[in-house]
Amino acid sequence: MASLRDLKARISSTSNTKQITKAMEMVSASKLNKAEDNAKAFVPYMKKIQEVVASIATGNIDVDHPMLISRPVKKTGYIVITSDRGLAGPYNTNVLRKLYQTIEERHQSKDEYVIIPIGKVGRDFCKKRDLPIAHEVTGLPDQPSFAEIKDIANYAVNLFADEEVDELNLFYNHFISAISQEVTETKVLPLNDIDVGEKQSSMYEYEPNQEQILETLLPQYAESLVYGALLDGKASEHASRMTAMRNATDNAEDIIDELTLSYNRARQAAITQEISEIVSGAAALE
Amino acid sequence: MKTLTVSVVTPDGPVLEESYDMVSVRAEGGELGILPGHIPLVAPLTISAVRLKKQGNTDYVAVSGGFLEVRPDQVTILAQAAENPSDIDVDRAEAAKQRAEERLNETKSEEIDFTRAKLALQRATNRLEVVNNK
Repeated sequence: MASLRDLKARISSTSNTKQITKAMEMVSASKLNKAEDNAKAFVPYMKKIQEVVASIATGNIDVDHPMLISRPVKKTGYIVITSDRGLAGPYNTNVLRKLYQTIEERHQSKDEYVIIPIGKVGRDFCKKRDLPIAHEVTGLPDQPSFAEIKDIANYAVNLFADEEVDELNLFYNHFISAISQEVTETKVLPLNDIDVGEKQSSMYEYEPNQEQILETLLPQYAESLVYGALLDGKASEHASRMTAMRNATDNAEDIIDELTLSYNRARQAAITQEISEIVSGAAALE
Repeated sequence: MKTLTVSVVTPDGPVLEESYDMVSVRAEGGELGILPGHIPLVAPLTISAVRLKKQGNTDYVAVSGGFLEVRPDQVTILAQAAENPSDIDVDRAEAAKQRAEERLNETKSEEIDFTRAKLALQRATNRLEVVNNK
């Protein structure tokens, strides 16, 4: 049995860890709240832009724009959203595993795809496995604003526009609830399956013309898809970290309970032993 | 009198939602004035100030490009960034303006940087104008 001193040291180190994980849990909880608010603030914008895109794309079959047309796929671009830091439970592992599996399934050689990792964990993953990286983004804040991710979204959209890649997919953790997130793959470009939703009855006039509108509208739409996924991913990250930290706190509590029990037992044993020593000492004197 | 419900939405959340009598914008094709009962319209906007008129008063909102969507009783402006005059950080805009001007003088050769700096300059000047109009 471990000595009293050892047990005491272990109890205090475990309770230090517990304090840290508890604090991290609470930090993540408040970040999750904010992330959810951000995601909510983004909804009206996304809805509106989707509505306009859908009404143009469905109302006019003769509209042509490179972003609406699927080309034969020679090269695929993947955007992967991961976190900068670990300690987020299965958050990063899940999305990276899914990415790796997908790549193994779909591609024979490294010339057929290129990856844009967002977050340090994703970048390190790709570097370690020697996967082709087109561009990397790290150090995004917990509450990213649109301006901060505009560059990366823009870069990805340009990659498609310049025909560097013929398809752009996005891997991220979709936020379902605080305890459940799901790895999702969505196709950003080409935009050939726009969710039309309810049929719009109002037909628009276009000023100056449809082509010019699509010229500016579609990149903006694609960028907002990326931004939406990022917000979703951030919310998932905080939720996942919160859950992981809560589990860690619970585990620490269990360990402390067990250790306290052993500690008390050892203490009792020591007392008993001391008494019996005194008693037997007294008996020897008689 | 009929009014228009104007909402300005950005990816970072709605900026404004109110009723106005008239909306004037600078679209890519030129100035547009919108009164209640306008036919449905979509137009891309330039980096400019949107003027919103209500009972003789004019409010300004700075938009960095984006779109205007018009329905008979509703106007929606979708922009990647938009600010009310009170939300504009004047110091930041001044700094951005200066930076952009410097860059414009330096990098005349490289086309991408040049366009970028030019856009940045437009955004900064637009913000400052909106603040001064207030």
